[in-house]
Amino acid sequence: MKKFMTFTFKGGIHPSYKKEISLKESFKQVVLPDKIEVPISQHIGKPADPIVKKGDLVEEGSIIADSNAFISSCIHSSVSGKVLDIKKAFHPSLGPTLSIFIERDKSKAPKEYPKIEEQCCSAQEIIQKVRDAGIVGMGGAAFPTHVKLSVPEGKKIDTLIINGAECEPYLTCDHVMMLNKTQEILEGIGLIFRVLQPKKTYIAIENNKQNVLDAFHCGLKTAESLKGAEVEIIALETKYPQGGEKQLISAISGKEVPPGKLPLDIGFLVQNIGTIYAIYEAVYFNKPLLQRMVTISGDCVENPGNYIVKIGTTVTDLIELCGIKFKKNPKKVIIGGPMMGFSQPGTDAAVLKNTSGILFLSEETAPDFEEGQCIRCAKCVDVCPVRLSPTDIMRSAKKNLWDKTEEAYVTDCMECGSCTYVCPARIPLVQYIKEAKRIIAKKK
Amino acid sequence: MNKLTINSSPHVSAPLDTQGIMKGVITALIPAMIAGIYFFRWQAVSVIIATVAGSVAAEYLLQKLRKKKVQIKDFSAILTGLLLALVLPPAIPLWMAFFGGVFAISLGKEIFGGLGNNIFNPALLSRAFLMASFPVVLTTWTAPVAIDAATMATPLALVKFDHIITPYSDLFLGNVGGCLGETSSAALLLGAIYLLWKKIIDYRIPLAYIGTVVVIAAITHIINPKVFAGPVFHVLAGGLLIGAVFMATDPVTSPVTLKGRWIFGIGCGFIAMVIRLWGGLPEGVMYSILLMNALTPLINRATKRKRFGITGGK
Repeated sequence: MKKFMTFTFKGGIHPSYKKEISLKESFKQVVLPDKIEVPISQHIGKPADPIVKKGDLVEEGSIIADSNAFISSCIHSSVSGKVLDIKKAFHPSLGPTLSIFIERDKSKAPKEYPKIEEQCCSAQEIIQKVRDAGIVGMGGAAFPTHVKLSVPEGKKIDTLIINGAECEPYLTCDHVMMLNKTQEILEGIGLIFRVLQPKKTYIAIENNKQNVLDAFHCGLKTAESLKGAEVEIIALETKYPQGGEKQLISAISGKEVPPGKLPLDIGFLVQNIGTIYAIYEAVYFNKPLLQRMVTISGDCVENPGNYIVKIGTTVTDLIELCGIKFKKNPKKVIIGGPMMGFSQPGTDAAVLKNTSGILFLSEETAPDFEEGQCIRCAKCVDVCPVRLSPTDIMRSAKKNLWDKTEEAYVTDCMECGSCTYVCPARIPLVQYIKEAKRIIAKKK
Repeated sequence: MNKLTINSSPHVSAPLDTQGIMKGVITALIPAMIAGIYFFRWQAVSVIIATVAGSVAAEYLLQKLRKKKVQIKDFSAILTGLLLALVLPPAIPLWMAFFGGVFAISLGKEIFGGLGNNIFNPALLSRAFLMASFPVVLTTWTAPVAIDAATMATPLALVKFDHIITPYSDLFLGNVGGCLGETSSAALLLGAIYLLWKKIIDYRIPLAYIGTVVVIAAITHIINPKVFAGPVFHVLAGGLLIGAVFMATDPVTSPVTLKGRWIFGIGCGFIAMVIRLWGGLPEGVMYSILLMNALTPLINRATKRKRFGITGGK
């Protein structure tokens, strides 16, 4: 075990992380909300179609929306109750999206999910259970997991990477999961191993989580499902965006995913910790994806922490249910992390399958800046994890020379925000890049 | 909850902003300013005031004329004025120094489109203009106050025309003739350490520049020690330190890529030494930087990094 070597990629930034504030206390299971709001699009791919209508009674764990498209996911109700309405509602990152409003039936007790006696073994059965549980990438990308695990003919996964990086500042939900559910996560990794049969498996964790590295080293010794498998625990340099799958692959193997292609095309597969735990629950307990660990943090919050939240709980309800106290008036409410998360106009949005955190930031942490003149300091060029030149792209975008931005490979940009973070002139580089990508996509 | 702000990610920023960079460079120049005032007394103070006044006045006027927001508070005009003063001879008439400041900002910066758009280092461009227009004044050097003579040749001129090598201790501390800010190597080195520590400049350009000078000086010294002074002399004498640390590292006029910065530094070192050893002038730092500034757009294009994922490896 390479305990002393840390791996990393070229580029990236070292923002102030402020992770300790949400780790002071142990995580809590949140009380059930009185109502949930479930958008039909919480994943990459075709949105699901509602299969219930207004007035229907639903059970906890029953499917309320589904799709027969391959790249899609089904959605369950995380509470038992009645469908109040199906209408367009606010979504954290998309525009107004059709959502299913359900009022909880307080007389019904939460469902129990006992461990299944008969365990299924085959790869196909595991993938089917993952699909039925509605599992998508919970690190933020929300790609339907059953699609990811269904490797097409002719392609093979040689290396499986378990993504325990959690590189965004403030967020600690994966950290808490890894610390408290180590054995379960190892079992989940064992399931994926059975499906993909990779030659090598890496469990990659940033070195600011030493206790997690120790927990995994310990746990691996006794993990039944991974006996005999080639598994290595890797410490990554703590850097943003270390958790990006292309950066992880580059850090561990030195190989780079070609532009426009997937990690699958060079034999790699990366999976997030939260997703793995959901797979474990789905296969061993027949439990669909109904809840997830969410970090509630930010410098405005007096009691930041991690909470297990039912999918569909609105932020407004969450503040009340978790007893969130504010020591400062929030200037920004962000769903996700501060580098790639979405700022919200209010607290109406609901926690979705890929909501890793809700941040309340004050004026001090997130001030408004006046856009200045670019002085070609090239800090953006130095930190870009994909070797772009944001200053050149920005200059072309300002003059509406969209073809030039395409020549500068703007479509490779993963919008991680490192360039904008570091820019001394406070130029909103990611915004120019997003605009360029939008116009280029429209032209095609 | 009161009104919330919505904008594009990211929602946090690094602490260093443009004003912080400019202030950092000005702070790094404080030792050189103090050394200049110590050796050249009142002349130093008045020249600095004159150039800064010229720069700030020109920026204010031109930004108003261009109907742009007046940006004096970003400190870049003050910095340009200060840098210009430090590369001028102490005895320069104040009206000439003021004019130099005006020229630096108007034809060295604003005419290109303002901050971030100029091709040449504004302070050096102004100095080149002054040198071409007033050659005698720009090559008349005052002796530092400790020495009795009123005028004195620079160490580089002494070695080129008279084959006299100034003692290293004088070169290091600054007890020699020369521009206001270039004489004290010790003061400039302090500034360099500060800039590197605060991550305001990248080490590559100064290292490449000074390294190339050392290599060329060492080789020529070995070949003919009587004519060519050694590497230590060439590093401490003349405007190399102020040029390599404060002028060549100007972000606007130097390459954007890491490889480009190495090429830029090496090119500057090469040109500076060629002029110093075989050119008509004793000092080549100014022209070396201006010439490499002209090549910077080409260097940027030539050193574009490989697209991520094209080779499949690092």
